[in-house]
Amino acid sequence: MATTTPHETPPEVAPASRPLTTVVNDTIKNTLLSVQDYTELAWQSIVNLVSPPFYFRDLLDQVDVIGVGSLPIIILTGFFIGAIMVLETAAQFQRFGTTALTGNAVSLALIRELGPTITALMVAGRSASGIASELGSMVVTEQVDAMRAMGTDPGRKLVTPRMVACVAVLPLLTGVADFVGLIGGFLVAHVTLGLSAAEFWHHAIDAPGTNDLIHGLSKPLVFGFIIATVGCYKGLKVRGGTEGVGRATTSAVVIASVSILASGFFLDKLLMYLFPV
Amino acid sequence: MTNAAAPAAAPIVFENVRLGFEQTEVLRGINFSVTPRETAVLLGETGSGKTLILKLAAGLLRPDSGRVRVLGRDLGEMSERELLDFRRQIGFVFQEGALFDSLTVEENVAFRLREERVDESEIAVRVVEALEFVEMADAIAKLPGELSGGMRRRVSIARALVSRPSIVLYDSPTAGLDPVTSQRIITLILRLRDLQGVTALLATHRLQDAFALANFRFDPASQRVLREHEDGASGGPKTRFLVLRDGQVYFEGNDRQIRDSGDPYLAKFLE
Ligand SMILES: Nc1ncnc2c1ncn2[C@@H]1O[C@H](COP(=O)(O)OP(=O)(O)OP(=O)(O)O)[C@@H](O)[C@H]1O
Ligand SMILES: [Mg+2]
Repeated sequence: MATTTPHETPPEVAPASRPLTTVVNDTIKNTLLSVQDYTELAWQSIVNLVSPPFYFRDLLDQVDVIGVGSLPIIILTGFFIGAIMVLETAAQFQRFGTTALTGNAVSLALIRELGPTITALMVAGRSASGIASELGSMVVTEQVDAMRAMGTDPGRKLVTPRMVACVAVLPLLTGVADFVGLIGGFLVAHVTLGLSAAEFWHHAIDAPGTNDLIHGLSKPLVFGFIIATVGCYKGLKVRGGTEGVGRATTSAVVIASVSILASGFFLDKLLMYLFPV
Repeated sequence: MTNAAAPAAAPIVFENVRLGFEQTEVLRGINFSVTPRETAVLLGETGSGKTLILKLAAGLLRPDSGRVRVLGRDLGEMSERELLDFRRQIGFVFQEGALFDSLTVEENVAFRLREERVDESEIAVRVVEALEFVEMADAIAKLPGELSGGMRRRVSIARALVSRPSIVLYDSPTAGLDPVTSQRIITLILRLRDLQGVTALLATHRLQDAFALANFRFDPASQRVLREHEDGASGGPKTRFLVLRDGQVYFEGNDRQIRDSGDPYLAKFLE
């Protein structure tokens, strides 16, 4: 095989010679382009819902992988979050002689804030990375191109089922985390504070109102959307072989987690305004 | 086929196609066309842009400038949605096979038919037919991970031809395979060309494969691969060579012309 002769290698511009302003400009431009690309993918994943073809089997597979697959980790973390909360606050409750309110506090904190956020972060760690690496490997091995070459839209076949699965499954997982968290909280309250089941559960169930439940179960819808679309976006944008897949996986988790926390803040504001408690 | 109106027109035409990434321009004005029932062999060193040209021909990539016409349609004027439908007339054999690794061989080969909502009973027949064509019927229930590289390549050919496309694009179908397996795959390509008359664009950096395509033909009567008559009078020009260099088509001609050219660059290639 012939080797390169001098004129075959095009002259490359050394990166070091680029002035700082160009670098900054390029970075800003690239970031804006990424945001635009992401928005288009996210929007298209919703638009795909209004016209066929639909891929129900892929949707069910994803519900299984993301939903059922995340159950063990959600049960474990939910349980310990509830338990830790009571453990940390028990001393305070005792000091003010208000141990009966333990159920109240755990229940409100879990349902409004900790349940949705912790669940979303755990699922982001597990599924945003899983989605990004799966789609990323498909890009690298040309399976996504093969799909397009056979007339199948990867957006419909890969992105939309994952988006719908995440959005559907996250509120359910959050509900599980809330419930298991209360059990964890109760066990600790029972052992350390000597609270009876009736005392604890009576307050835990009574404390949250309808608006608290709306807060607690609407946030996961948005979080699920973020997890799936960020994972898909990062996966489908993979360049540069298996190494690129690794990088995409990591950044999918980081971006999804930060977006969950940031959007959680603004969602709280919005929900407080719409459904004051 | 929807575009059968003009059989004389070349099924694949590239007009001054340019494509680049960041600072480098890889394709710098590609011009060529493939005539009906012809197999055009794209030869070029690694990184010369063979895969890019095939992906442009399937509309998987869009050129920075220039035009790609396939079956009489200008791909540049089509939306991605139109392209998805259009690509059903094209078979694409990817460089590493690109089989869906979570699906079995049967599901891979049947993928396009299931997408087109073909009747399951017909799918069963056509999948077995395609797998028998590539001699892989035994592997129907296996996963791609359980197959060797050559077997994967053959399944990938079965997947490309199951929908009976009139154009097939082969991306380095013999790269990284031993001579015996390469020969089997070349035989498959000959059979597809000479039995079904597909128009093909085949990328490779192995000149011996290109010569094998030029010098042999599949004889339907005896079901065997025969050497072309030495005078080349048997079936007209079936194989043409396109050699890429510096992002352009550096040489275009048949096997005789490439041997007799005396060009130093091509000579390096012939070794
Ligand atoms: N997505 C991409 N981004 C940047 N550069 C790319 C991209 N795809 C291809 N290239 C570059 O384009 C050039 C041609 O690539 P191509 O894959 O077409 O080569 P090839 O002729 O098929 O090589 P091989 O024989 O190794 O398969 C290479 O230099 C490659 O680095
Ligand atoms: Mg290639």
